[in-house]
Amino acid sequence: MTRHLLSIDDLGADGIAEVLEVTDSFAEVARRAIPKVPTLRGKTVATLFFEDSTRTRISFETAAKRMSADVLSFAAGASSLKKGESLRDTIETIEAMGIDAVVIRHPSSGVALQATRWLTGPVVVNAGDGWHAHPTQALLDLYTVRELLGGDSRCFEGLRIAIVGDIRHSRVARSQVAAYTAMGAKVTLVGPATLLPPSVEGWGVESVTSVIDDVLPAADVVSLLRIQAERGSGAFLPSLREYTSEFGLTMERARCLPSTSIVLHPGPMVRGVEISSDAAELPQVHVTRQVANGVAVRMAVLFLLLGVPGSAGVPGSADSGRAVSAAGAPPPGASSGPELRAGGRDGG
Amino acid sequence: MGGDPGASWHGASVTDTPVVLVRGGSLVVRDAAGRPAGLVGATGRSRRSASTSNGAPAVVRQADLLLSGGRIVQVGHDDGRGGTLDAPVGATILDASGCLVLPGLVDIHTHLRQPGDEEAETIESGARAAALGGFTAVVAMPNTDPPLDSASAVRDVLSLARGAPVDVHVAGAITVARSGERLAPMAELARLGVRLFTDDGNGVQSAGMMRRAMQYARGLGVTVAQHCEVDSLARGGAMHEGEWSSRLGLPGIPASAEEAMVARDLILAAETGARLHLLHLSTRGSIGLVRDAKRAGVPVTAEAAPHHIALTDASVATYDPLFKVNPPLRTDDDLRAVRDGVADGTVDAVATDHAPHRSETKDLPFDQAPPGMLGLETALAVVLTMMPDLPPARLIEVMSSGPASIAGIDARGGGAHGGTVEVGSAANLCIVDPEASWVVDRTRLASRSTNSPYAGHKLRGRVRHTVLHGEPVVVDGEALR
Repeated sequence: MTRHLLSIDDLGADGIAEVLEVTDSFAEVARRAIPKVPTLRGKTVATLFFEDSTRTRISFETAAKRMSADVLSFAAGASSLKKGESLRDTIETIEAMGIDAVVIRHPSSGVALQATRWLTGPVVVNAGDGWHAHPTQALLDLYTVRELLGGDSRCFEGLRIAIVGDIRHSRVARSQVAAYTAMGAKVTLVGPATLLPPSVEGWGVESVTSVIDDVLPAADVVSLLRIQAERGSGAFLPSLREYTSEFGLTMERARCLPSTSIVLHPGPMVRGVEISSDAAELPQVHVTRQVANGVAVRMAVLFLLLGVPGSAGVPGSADSGRAVSAAGAPPPGASSGPELRAGGRDGG
Repeated sequence: MGGDPGASWHGASVTDTPVVLVRGGSLVVRDAAGRPAGLVGATGRSRRSASTSNGAPAVVRQADLLLSGGRIVQVGHDDGRGGTLDAPVGATILDASGCLVLPGLVDIHTHLRQPGDEEAETIESGARAAALGGFTAVVAMPNTDPPLDSASAVRDVLSLARGAPVDVHVAGAITVARSGERLAPMAELARLGVRLFTDDGNGVQSAGMMRRAMQYARGLGVTVAQHCEVDSLARGGAMHEGEWSSRLGLPGIPASAEEAMVARDLILAAETGARLHLLHLSTRGSIGLVRDAKRAGVPVTAEAAPHHIALTDASVATYDPLFKVNPPLRTDDDLRAVRDGVADGTVDAVATDHAPHRSETKDLPFDQAPPGMLGLETALAVVLTMMPDLPPARLIEVMSSGPASIAGIDARGGGAHGGTVEVGSAANLCIVDPEASWVVDRTRLASRSTNSPYAGHKLRGRVRHTVLHGEPVVVDGEALR
């Protein structure tokens, strides 16, 4: 496993497969009556969000708490950044507090990588940097697809993925492309030309198009992106109405999709723009499942980054009975969080 | 304005200068036909042909130089004694063995930050950095705070530069407050010796204003220098728009933002007949436009920055704001085009765009950090390292005579820079060991800032001595002022 998770490139195909397998175990934890394990007891996870985000921050904090980590929540608005403290000083202050993992979100691309240059102790998890990367979002998308297809990580081979919307300004799109292509899927980017990236050199995508109707009939997965009007996407389009008419997933377009298609959206979903209200209710749309899987994927990521080498355990899965990397899998369904032999200073 | 360079109050006065013997260096001298070829060339083993861009041959030979009264008073003859001279009693001896003796370098694009941001650089620290880089003259850009758009501001800078280890000249703003709306008092500034006018940092966006500035400048006989960037194309951009900006998720500045203004201003220069200088060209398209315009007789000169022949946008993959600069680092293809332009004469000057920034500003996210990188102490080494086949005479043209001519501080402009190394010339010299390798150490830079993109990198070519108006100001790599 990589030391930090800054982008999908840190993982590669094997790393992605590992995260998805470990996620299976933590998804099982989430289904327990008391969804809590002591895996990260004694560890401290700080969420450092320089940009408003309710769902991603809560998802990470829930993940950390379900593994019994202590959680510190740092919101830029309440911080000394407003008093003129530099980003570097703020991040170095976090280190001085003895944090084990920093989950960082920032409106500027590259900040998670910059943070690793300023931190010596904590691992860094990128929870979204500018337009650049949002690796856990892509991982939860892949996990959701894998779960729905019922296969293992080979299920992505040859899968036809359409990513639709504002690709240019989307960190989610960049991470999705990296993850799907790493796993052997065929990715098509769909959007108005002004919202496509200036270059897709090195992206490994199959094609780029501004005609969604050419793509839908053969799409196994359709990943819709939000038009981020607050980031100025609006200036790239004549109007949201025109976007909807050209790219929105209306009922009429949804009928062109194969019945087995999976429609995903990283949220927050804007009904009436990228998807019509009635289409959003179709059974192929799995947005809430994505949110639930987001917690399990983030548990897996934190576990893999913070787990004590050679001694930590993941909770066993009731379905597979498989312990991924350690002994000490707890009996499923224990009424209180089962004690894992985490070893090291967490040793029970 | 110019006047006798030896008596310039920028430099030391003639009577104070010592007698100096420059011993064992190699010169590039006039060829048999007497055409000036500048100088240089490591004796015998030089890998460089010494020809100039127009093909005139130049002769490289070892010769001692005797300097006195701010001038070169004797050059060792090729008389079987290997060009050696005897040292007069009391002379200071500079060991130039293994070195090229170049005319002092001239940087026509230096940000000295004073007044306004003395934490980042002062005239004193910037001038010392320049001298260590082999420069004997720099042109300070006017985007200070307050900007150099008035006679008093220009006089202040010239006054602060007195006694500096390089001659500090000043570029004036084209428009008041560099805001592009009203002409600055160009005639008044010209009377103070200002020869170059620019709103650098900003391009003059209005074609009408630029045309008017050119017309006015033509009447004054001064040069208008443009920072070529169309704001509506570049706004918000943090790096070159292309493969890397797309991958890294950073807003891009397209090549067209530069090229559109280059094309516009070339048309205006052709129409008005004004001398136009184009600052820091960075794209293949810009180089091509200038090459064509020169063929058509447009009165244009162009410069390129060392970083645009050394670094590409792939460096930004680190998200290290040290690699943020404006115009941005471009593609490998652009870099090769700029190098070709430097080699073939399309580019008249390598100019540093030395842009110090306080270190905390480079600890910002990439898209929020200010653009700019240091250049004075590394420029010559970067050119020698990145363009090892550049003929020495051409090196002299792009780093000394070319920029001195653009700035109006060569002999023709009444100044003392960019001349040849021969008897009677002003003794402004850059003595460089072209084979010496060194690692750029950001803790040992003379600049008050440390934002060098070459920190930790090995460069070839190290300045050993710098002589200003006959007086050594850098000896064995140490600044004396």
